[in-house]
Amino acid sequence: MPVAHAVASGMNGLRAAGDLVARLEMARGMKLAEAKVYVAEKLGAGVADLADPLVMHEVRGELRLGRVFEAETTYPHDPSPQEAKRNIAALLDLRINGAGT
Amino acid sequence: MERRFITRLGDGSAVALTRSALRAELEEGTQAAAARAKLPPLETPELEHLLDIFASAARFSAVDIGDEVVLSFDGSGTPQQGSRVNALLQYEQCLAADSCELYHSDYSYKAVKTVVGVEQQAMKEARERLTIPVHYGAQPDLGRYSAPDGPCGNWAELLPQMRIDDARAAQEEAVELAVEDMVYVATALWEAGADGLNFDTAGAGGDADFLATLLAVERLRAAHPGMGILVGMSGELVLGTHGQLEYRGTRLAGLRPAAQLEVVQQAGATVFGPAVNVNTSRTVAWNVARALTLMKPCMAVARIPVHANAGMGVGGVPMNAFAPVDAVSRCSRACVDILRLDGL
Repeated sequence: MPVAHAVASGMNGLRAAGDLVARLEMARGMKLAEAKVYVAEKLGAGVADLADPLVMHEVRGELRLGRVFEAETTYPHDPSPQEAKRNIAALLDLRINGAGT
Repeated sequence: MERRFITRLGDGSAVALTRSALRAELEEGTQAAAARAKLPPLETPELEHLLDIFASAARFSAVDIGDEVVLSFDGSGTPQQGSRVNALLQYEQCLAADSCELYHSDYSYKAVKTVVGVEQQAMKEARERLTIPVHYGAQPDLGRYSAPDGPCGNWAELLPQMRIDDARAAQEEAVELAVEDMVYVATALWEAGADGLNFDTAGAGGDADFLATLLAVERLRAAHPGMGILVGMSGELVLGTHGQLEYRGTRLAGLRPAAQLEVVQQAGATVFGPAVNVNTSRTVAWNVARALTLMKPCMAVARIPVHANAGMGVGGVPMNAFAPVDAVSRCSRACVDILRLDGL
């Protein structure tokens, strides 16, 4: 069930920018269209790129926002989840609970 | 002879219907909702789009690129994934989840209160290991406060005895206790680093259950302005097990999804999840058309994100723990394409 929904209609989470848009919806009650524009502007990307894993993988790496890794593509110097969340909080001007922001 | 397409009944079993038969199912589904809730049926272009989704031999269906929405989950993870926090990490790293939910197998705020320290520790670990938002979820579960499980009178026994006043008094007492428990648990999980709290299947015990949820949300919002608060409903109609309860002047019994959303917004939630239950003896096409008709009015009044419930037995998804992807993906796409909502 979660896989079917993720493939059919989801924003790809940490593989793209789905978690960033989700944060604005959950924490601020921001509607989807507004949240997508907000995140895209902060990332310096297009709205159409937000669910694109190739584009967002590079952007997340450059901005140190955390990203997925696989056996063939490891990132030992990427930030820890806590550090990534502090970077996300600063980028989105959003307090993230429990991340020391 | 008209071609038949494999589709599903509400219990998940496969049936083969022609395009004409699927069109009839969609029209009957939207008319059933319109008649029951006194709402306009879906418009012809919407029904035609749904027909194209369902009258297809494709194993899977999906939204257009660029139309993706945020996914929130209740109860993320299954036992095969190892520990609860390992399961959440797999949701993040392997399942492309936009957010996830830590939960206890006894999915009730009253039950969680007794083990809240354990839940706080699990949340602490989750927040240290995950980057995506992690909320904590459970059910308001007002029935737990009635005898023999709880201290209040059992309104399910009192009502058939025509002891209406006693049944109402028992529910009012239960509301007070449930609010305290929900606020206590939610505050504890927030202190442990949760990104938000989910009140799942709100109203399952009727209007008193829904009132308890709203009052808890109101208090949490006042105390924690940055807290994510998700309220997911239990069904398309709030049952009047009390019948006289109001929230800020709105009588709760009988509320449909759009009216449910309005009081949830007033209370201070940040995400609303409408739920429309599935009729297992009708087709998924019929159920989807009915669900969309009932949820569509939400979009006109929503100031907060709307995440339609599209899990087992709601939002058209078959009432089966192993719902086939052909049905789930069609429900997922149909909700996004027709409602233009904020998430699922």
